[in-house]
Amino acid sequence: MTESPPPVVEMRGISLAFPGVKALQDVDFQLFPGEVHALMGENGAGKSTLIKTLTGVHTPDSGTVLLAGETVAFTSPGDAQQAGISTVYQEVNLCANLTVAENILLGREPRKLGGIDFKAMRTQAAAVLARIGVHIDPASVLESHPIAVQQLVAIARAIAVDCRVLVLDEPTSSLDAGEVAELFRIMRVLRDEGVAILFVSHFLDQVYEIADRMTVLRNGTLVGEHLTKDLDRRALIAAMIGRELGALEAIEDASERRTASGPVLVRAEGLGRKGAIAPFDLDIRAGEVVGLAGLLGSGRTELARLLFGADKATEGKLLVDGAHLHLRGPRSAIAAGIAFCSEDRKGEGLVADLSIRDNLVLAMQAARGWSRPVSRRVKDQLVEKYLAALDIRPANPDALVRTLSGGNQQKVLLARWLVTEPRLLILDEPTRGIDIGAKAQIQQLVTSLAAEGTAVLFISAELEEVVRIADRIVVLRDRHKIAELDGGSSIDEVVGLIAGEHLSEEVAS
Amino acid sequence: MKNRLLWPLLALAALLVLNLVVTPSFFSLRIQDGHLYGGLVDVLKNGAPTLLIALGMTLVIATRGIDLSVGAVAAIAGAVTCVHIGASGDAGTAFAGMAIALVLCALLGLWNGFLVAGLGIQPIIATLVLMTAGRGIAMLVTEGQIITVNNDPFRQVGAGFLILPISILISLAVLGLVALTTRKTALGMLIEAVGVNPEASRLAGVRAKTIIWTVYVFAAVCAGIAGLMISSNVSAADANNAGLWIEMDAILAVVIGGTSLAGGRYSLTGTLLGALIIQTLTTTVYTIGVAPEVTLVFKAVVVIAVCLVQAPKARAALSFRKVATT
Amino acid sequence: MTALTTKLPSRFLPVLATVVLFALTFGVGSGLYDGFASGQVIANLFIDNAFLIVLAAGMTFVILSGGIDLSVGSVVALSTMVTAAGLKAGWPLPLVIIAVLVIGSTLGLLMGLVIHKFDIQPFIVTLAGMFLARGLCFLISVESVSIKDSTFRDVATAVIELPGGVTITYNVIIALVVVAAALFVLHRTRFGRTVYAVGGNEQSALLMGLKTARTKVGVYVISGFCSALAGLLFSLYMLSGYGLHAVGMELDAIAAVVIGGTLLAGGVGYVLGSLAGVLVLGTIQTLISFQGTLSSWWTKIVIGALLLVFIAVQRGLIRERR
Repeated sequence: MTESPPPVVEMRGISLAFPGVKALQDVDFQLFPGEVHALMGENGAGKSTLIKTLTGVHTPDSGTVLLAGETVAFTSPGDAQQAGISTVYQEVNLCANLTVAENILLGREPRKLGGIDFKAMRTQAAAVLARIGVHIDPASVLESHPIAVQQLVAIARAIAVDCRVLVLDEPTSSLDAGEVAELFRIMRVLRDEGVAILFVSHFLDQVYEIADRMTVLRNGTLVGEHLTKDLDRRALIAAMIGRELGALEAIEDASERRTASGPVLVRAEGLGRKGAIAPFDLDIRAGEVVGLAGLLGSGRTELARLLFGADKATEGKLLVDGAHLHLRGPRSAIAAGIAFCSEDRKGEGLVADLSIRDNLVLAMQAARGWSRPVSRRVKDQLVEKYLAALDIRPANPDALVRTLSGGNQQKVLLARWLVTEPRLLILDEPTRGIDIGAKAQIQQLVTSLAAEGTAVLFISAELEEVVRIADRIVVLRDRHKIAELDGGSSIDEVVGLIAGEHLSEEVAS
Repeated sequence: MKNRLLWPLLALAALLVLNLVVTPSFFSLRIQDGHLYGGLVDVLKNGAPTLLIALGMTLVIATRGIDLSVGAVAAIAGAVTCVHIGASGDAGTAFAGMAIALVLCALLGLWNGFLVAGLGIQPIIATLVLMTAGRGIAMLVTEGQIITVNNDPFRQVGAGFLILPISILISLAVLGLVALTTRKTALGMLIEAVGVNPEASRLAGVRAKTIIWTVYVFAAVCAGIAGLMISSNVSAADANNAGLWIEMDAILAVVIGGTSLAGGRYSLTGTLLGALIIQTLTTTVYTIGVAPEVTLVFKAVVVIAVCLVQAPKARAALSFRKVATT
Repeated sequence: MTALTTKLPSRFLPVLATVVLFALTFGVGSGLYDGFASGQVIANLFIDNAFLIVLAAGMTFVILSGGIDLSVGSVVALSTMVTAAGLKAGWPLPLVIIAVLVIGSTLGLLMGLVIHKFDIQPFIVTLAGMFLARGLCFLISVESVSIKDSTFRDVATAVIELPGGVTITYNVIIALVVVAAALFVLHRTRFGRTVYAVGGNEQSALLMGLKTARTKVGVYVISGFCSALAGLLFSLYMLSGYGLHAVGMELDAIAAVVIGGTLLAGGVGYVLGSLAGVLVLGTIQTLISFQGTLSSWWTKIVIGALLLVFIAVQRGLIRERR
């Protein structure tokens, strides 16, 4: 099915840079009619950028996009839609306050007597819905339907026009198994009608179930294009995660270095949150580095947020030093000596318009309350100490954090928590999107903190990094904790678990 | 920081020079009966209530909020005090009346804080409630009458002199107090943190809600004191017109002073300049012989100009840089 | 895949509540006072509030799109001023009407463009518009200008007799026509549905390929036009132009829209709800004037309290939905 027709979409040598980031470098991509093509890669690999280049949101700096053999240059999503490229995004991008029929047809609605012909509109909408086998009242309000149905309505909108290419950008992240099956049924119907489907998902099972072909990206470059049947899971994960050595080899293997561990500091018993992470047990000991491994969407961040009280657990309990700790929010976690560096540095971490100094002391100051300011002298000492210790540049405490590079921003965030002398430091993707030197420094810091007795929960999408740093590795898959491995485990072992080779039966619940 | 204050400073200087050209005696000061008189003193005296309210507004805006109810709160403060004083002329009654009024204002601030931080209602809307109902409450207190009082201690608050007008001394004292409190304690930094990034602040353990309550209470108390000045200056409480549109002037002063309506970094000095610019503008329009009401046109122009200077999109357009579209 | 045919009852709840509230207040009035429950009292509700109905219709567009327009009261004042001054200068009436409507729409257009092009909050832009329009009034004249044009006065005093001896003015007809037009535009045209879409989720509306820019600017033009028209009606009602006319009327308009069940966050609401909102406000005023001893300031307190209740209810509804 893949060899015969010419590609409907062909992208050649696409490059695109944002300020400071090369998002795509010389990427080739082709999509054939009547196939489901999965676009694979970890966060920051350039998947969304490539999609947005195809759908007219971004214009590439160089390279050409061909649609059915003709060069096209879209300047807006509307252009791409006109040309037959429809997109369904991860978040349902519809207007929940309008009716189903309006959501499907608004912008190209049937008219009568200068107004919208609602009757014809409902009939047409019903016809489109019937085409994908969805039977709901087109006159009902969209928000009265569950998210999964809304997602299907989004697909109905996408195919209501003459659609040659359907882009599904992580459409399954909020769907349960039955709903995914329904979506796949519809995808197969469309594929058999000859629609080319570009599919993005972080769930490997789904990709292997539905995709005919996949393209793997890493760090904005093309790693390879394969037929699904030719690429096994290990090979795929290895391709997605890659290997990055060189500058990092300075750090010796963590598991060899420390075997003894301190007393249990934080213990989770059946802790969980509906829709975010299934109940899990976890012990974290003083002085050890626990790595969290799993693909994006496996529940890594969700687990971390529960431990910090950023989200409230719906079940289970948390013990600190053996005593039950009721987390009412971040403040109670901080009081218990827990610190959390969010993966979303800009949104949830730094206060970009404040200076390095203010950001550094923010958590400490918040714990003390506004009326007991940290004295200027203490502030200066702290700032001096951490600017030097973490090699933050520029070493100007008055510089606004927004002006720093990603790596230095990350260090400031780290320093903010180090100032509070935490007993458990949760680091969510602390090395993402930062240069290799800063990366090595942060990894070094984690090991030395552990040596001083701090417990560290280390989350990273890069398995290599997790394996190298962690004394123990907790593996997550599909929002479940599926295994705990010793630090000496090989990457292959972890990859196998993530790929679901050994434990797929146990995970089924 | 210095850059931000440059434009307001230039604007103020330009206005003052214009005044000097039109009225050469504008800068002359004279002392009569131990009172300082002159054009500049008038500007300060008339601008005192606006400055005071703008101070409270600055902190509210820094937390990404806005308080539309300050004018109504000012009217309530004046009304309560004047009704309490009644025909009495002694200082005790005057001070008791003012104390009651300010406590009441603090309660109104708590109410606003409750709607914003407690219930999570948009600040514009939450304070709209009190803006609408507040004037009614003030009229309820005065029973729809303009209450005139004849109480010398009370009169001093708005109309008295201690070489300089007492009202401006009060405003400057509050300015100093706020500057001291926010800069010597951590309050200022925490307010800015909450305004710049509420979620990051929460995750850093900042008590964002408490801070929001605090700034609304402070804004209401400032409005209360301003209301006392306004009512004291004329020795009367006019529930309908006292503090009318002063919330707009205050917001304007804050914005001119370089504090962004999007919250975050604020500048008290900027607000002081902003309040002075507004008052000087009003005075200027008056002295050059245009009807005072026309000041509104100038204010409109200033608002738009300042907003355009602040808006990132407008800046980008002006500097012909490529605007990132999403 | 369950077929959920029922519409969310909660989206009609606020409007329903308003209608019930109107019936209740009116019922209370009828129970307490003789002559309250007369057709003429109802007709007077429309006569006395015709301009507010028009304003609230325009404001509904803006609030539905997720914006706010603080300039409407001032534009009403400016319109009365232009009308009075124009007639005094001897302009023909049609020219005056066209001038007023063009001025109002243009102001709206300018504000909409600034809001959209420069991404400045509607609140502050329309605040500037409010200052500007008031200031322009005083540029024309600081004093009140009375309208002596005979045609204009004839229209103002003309009454239309309805069956049952009830009389209404032309103002009422115009207001009702505006409501009908608003209904048509909001519910039967692509523009109207896009207003809802933008208010519901602007980003989505953009990704759906809808013309969000045109819509966002358009609602302010409509609001400006409605304000100008309301200003004409207000001139008919007051027979004068004055810069201090309609002070605070923007609050009444916003209050009417909110009490009428439109979500301030945008996306949900109905023009008929806003009409009901105006009638509730009018009834409260009538009630208080019938009562005699309660003073007019109670109106403000009651409106404030109603605003609070409706905002709190909205808040609850939004939370429930999430």
